[in-house]
Amino acid sequence: MDCTGKSQKYTYIAILTLFLSLLLIISSANAVNSEVLVEDTTSAFIPNAPTYVTATDYKYDRGESAIVKWQLSSDDNSTGKITGYEIFRSEADADNFVSIGVVLPGENSFRDKSTENGVSYIYGVVTLYNGRTSQMVLSEPITPGTEIVNWNLLNLFIIGLLIAGSVIFFITHAKRGKKLFIRKIAGLEAIDEAIGRATEMGRPILFIPGINDMDDVQTIAGITLLGRVAKVVADYDIKINMPVARSIVMTVGRETIKEAYVSAGRPDAYSDDMVHYITDEQFGYVAAVDGIMVREKPATCFYLGAFFAESLILAETGNSVGAIQIAGTAMPAQLPFFVAACDYTLIGEELFAASAYLSNEPKQLGSLKGQDVGKFMAMMAIALGVFGATIAEAWGGSFFIWLDEFMHRLFTITN
Amino acid sequence: MKKQVPLTITFIVGVVLILSVFFPPVETWGEDFSLFFDIIAVFAFFLGGGNLIRVHTERIAKKKKDWGFSIITILGFLIMLAAGLFKLWNPGDISADVAATGSLFQLLYDWMFNPLGATMYSLLAFYVASASYRAFRAKNRDATILLIAAFIILLGRTPLGMYATGWIPESFSVLQIPNLAIWVMTSPNLAGQRAIMIGIALGVVAMSLRLILGVERTYLGMDID
Repeated sequence: MDCTGKSQKYTYIAILTLFLSLLLIISSANAVNSEVLVEDTTSAFIPNAPTYVTATDYKYDRGESAIVKWQLSSDDNSTGKITGYEIFRSEADADNFVSIGVVLPGENSFRDKSTENGVSYIYGVVTLYNGRTSQMVLSEPITPGTEIVNWNLLNLFIIGLLIAGSVIFFITHAKRGKKLFIRKIAGLEAIDEAIGRATEMGRPILFIPGINDMDDVQTIAGITLLGRVAKVVADYDIKINMPVARSIVMTVGRETIKEAYVSAGRPDAYSDDMVHYITDEQFGYVAAVDGIMVREKPATCFYLGAFFAESLILAETGNSVGAIQIAGTAMPAQLPFFVAACDYTLIGEELFAASAYLSNEPKQLGSLKGQDVGKFMAMMAIALGVFGATIAEAWGGSFFIWLDEFMHRLFTITN
Repeated sequence: MKKQVPLTITFIVGVVLILSVFFPPVETWGEDFSLFFDIIAVFAFFLGGGNLIRVHTERIAKKKKDWGFSIITILGFLIMLAAGLFKLWNPGDISADVAATGSLFQLLYDWMFNPLGATMYSLLAFYVASASYRAFRAKNRDATILLIAAFIILLGRTPLGMYATGWIPESFSVLQIPNLAIWVMTSPNLAGQRAIMIGIALGVVAMSLRLILGVERTYLGMDID
């Protein structure tokens, strides 16, 4: 009896297990079917195409680009039904569309930067969804062309014209013999003193024109100062050492020093070895110049030109050998290092003003006065912009909002 | 003639470069002039290399002070030049990439040149410390302001700043040192930098005009008197 009861129990358990297994299999099969159903439903989905595709020539260039715009597909919404838009292009007389780019959903324009001047193109846009595409909507044919004037830069042209005009005006003004007041620049006043110190100590002068080439206006500014320095050096008969990082700077430096010695009436004292090339590599150059400083212990170091990470390494080494140091650069990030480590620093514009200042020529000084007019205009623009933006933000008012927007437009360059 | 030719070239190139910004049809002229400069710079490289050899050979020949360094300089120059020019140990042939993996040039660059450059660069950390020590001494009012600003920035850029002032309630969060550091960088510092940038831009315009118009001739070795 017991045995029968036990076997019945096992039979019930077996039937129950079988039943549950069947249920599980049926539910799994349903789930698979439903997945297939979902897949089937989606596979039928073809996204709607964008509408109103237009193409226009990009202003103002040499026919190198075109702008394609469209209205978003009706499926382009937050449900994520589409994955983007693909843009095609074909020459107008050939039905040969090639893909030129893909943009994300929500974007309704594309700039084609590979057009050829004078060639007619037709653009087509399709909506994308997981490899499936909508029907292609075509634009009207367009022919990108060259514009004579880049009117996008009109604001820059006017600002440049005003500043350049004032510089030229004051140069002409000064040529007529008008006296101009120029404030004293301590770093430039100290040049004679620094060279005099080298004469007294009988030690050389080290001149570093930065590590950029002659296509950098800072290097040119440094070289213009070299001419003035070399003239005094020639007069005092001191040794000048100019290690350079660029071959062209070496050639220009030699020519400048040579002319300075000739104008001082001492061409025989000039030697090509005064200017020598080291290396184009930034830290190789720094290592060599540091070595020169430590070995020769120059009395005066000039750092005038474009400097980068090497500025502080050079200036601190110069400081450690007890040299009087005059630096000048237009690299804002390097200025604090020079200010901290050098005796005098020409900050930005002072470097460019240096040659004119030292020349004391009226026409050169006139250009500095013109520069001041530019500064005055910048100050007025800043004051006007701050005033307009503050009032527009605090109280509104159509005039101030217009003023704020106008100032933004005036100083925004779009190209 | 010696004066007029360079001044004329400067004037023409300067004017064309300005026009190329505003007039699309001559845009390529500006690019062409930049290419001319690159071509000249390539030829000038031979001048530089030649000068390096001449100066150091002379130093060795005359046994000038520290002439041993000149031997190292010339050896370094010649070995690197040979490795690059003849593509020594290059796994590919002579037409392979000069910096191909395994080539002598690449090995010298990775195992000698780069570490040496990094060594020089790392000196900056010590120089920053010594320069800061001198600059941040509160000798006068300006130096004291500089010291306070530097103190805020240094603390604000480390976890210590937040640790020290994190307890300040949210309504006064501007007084937390990291926020003060952000303010110093984005307001007074940025304003000062922009003022310098405007000055530089105007200086560049004035300098360029002086060069284009031939008013500034010192870079040609003229009018130094």
